[in-house]
Amino acid sequence: MNDKYQITDLNLFYGDFQALTDVNMNIKENQITAFIGPSGCGKSTLLKTLNRMNDLIDGCHITGKVLLDGVDIYDNYDVNLLRKNVGMVFQKPNPFPMSIYDNIAYGPRTHGIRKKALLDDIVEESLHKAAIWDEVKDRLKRNALSVSGGQQQRICIARALAVGPEVLLMDEPTSALDPISTNKIEDLILDLKKYYTIVIVTHNMQQATRISDATAFFLLGEIIEFDSTSSLFSMPKDKRTEDYITGRFG
Amino acid sequence: MTRTRTHFDNELNQLNIELIDMGTLVEIAIDKAIHALNEKDVELAQEAIEFDDKIDRQERKIEQHCIKLLMNQQPVARDLRMISCILKIITDLERIGDHASDISELTKRIAKEDSNFEFPYFERMAKICVKMVTDAVDAFVTSNLELCQSVIAMDDQVDALFNEAKESIINSLQGKSNQSDLYVDALMIVKYFERIGDHAVNIAEWVIFSITGTHKDIRIV
Repeated sequence: MNDKYQITDLNLFYGDFQALTDVNMNIKENQITAFIGPSGCGKSTLLKTLNRMNDLIDGCHITGKVLLDGVDIYDNYDVNLLRKNVGMVFQKPNPFPMSIYDNIAYGPRTHGIRKKALLDDIVEESLHKAAIWDEVKDRLKRNALSVSGGQQQRICIARALAVGPEVLLMDEPTSALDPISTNKIEDLILDLKKYYTIVIVTHNMQQATRISDATAFFLLGEIIEFDSTSSLFSMPKDKRTEDYITGRFG
Repeated sequence: MTRTRTHFDNELNQLNIELIDMGTLVEIAIDKAIHALNEKDVELAQEAIEFDDKIDRQERKIEQHCIKLLMNQQPVARDLRMISCILKIITDLERIGDHASDISELTKRIAKEDSNFEFPYFERMAKICVKMVTDAVDAFVTSNLELCQSVIAMDDQVDALFNEAKESIINSLQGKSNQSDLYVDALMIVKYFERIGDHAVNIAEWVIFSITGTHKDIRIV
């Protein structure tokens, strides 16, 4: 399996504060990679580094390399193209206050697609891929905020898929959802890995074991251990990983 | 960072104690069975047979405790290995208890047939088997890899003694056909000892898994 991302000697600072220290990791294509660790350990920071969301934060400064398909995304990379290739789903469902259809069509429209028939196809395909088409196909014109939280989150996933990304970044995508919606999203994530490289930040260790292929454990801005999920959760090599995943320290 | 999961730690300690208790019960069962066999003591043999119920009850108690912890605590890493290991160990301990009971059933028959019947391999095999079982449980309690390896190595002695015993029984049967029933019973007894050795090896191998994550050199997860 190819490396989608190659991260080398990455250090990230918010002003004087160093949030990530000497991160080195490769993220495999068409795999689900989970980032786990206590709050403030740098996992969301690294996630945001993968599509340069940190560019939006004043005083954020990065050293090292982040290669996407072998190209450094911090070296003259078209940020619009990067965000198209690397979609993001957040902790809280955040559909735009507009119809379900317009939510999904929003991205393709900003990328210049105007033909109704093509937009219809993209909307349907994206909603299918996000496993919500059957639930919303008869109410595409309704406001996206009128459906349940779990459905809103799948609409947000569909919106991210509509621009044809290769990578999907998910920052605790189920932490605000009930168990049934969580199961649906987890099933969906497993289905999506056929087409996308997925990186997920989660505080739910069972979720990491259920869906991810590889897991990285973060502590105080460093990656303490990065291994296959089955190895990390059955026989972690570092005592700090063991103590964290077994819930002995937190 | 603060320490958490005190309740779970207490539950795991309790589970450990329950396993040690089961190990002690099994050791008592073997001890009773061996004494009954050596002395041709029918009453003690009957006691050993009835003692097996206690072991079965303890197995069920530990099994329930493990399943409850798997359900409630969703353990990972060392906790998961430990609980899975205990679930496997208790099956072998229970089988050892059954064999102690089986030996006692045969003791009753032998005592009825000929209370002076002697077969030297009983004591020799029993001595090693008791040590293997005790050491296997100790290895779990102390997470001692060396002790596990020593239990596994001891099994060769038991197997060798079993083969010798079998030869001796065949020879005896050829010479003293009037004691054929006794010698067939003796063959079954040494076979039970040989099986006890095998179960002790199983325990040692699962203890190794609990410590290293590998079982018979294969990484399970």
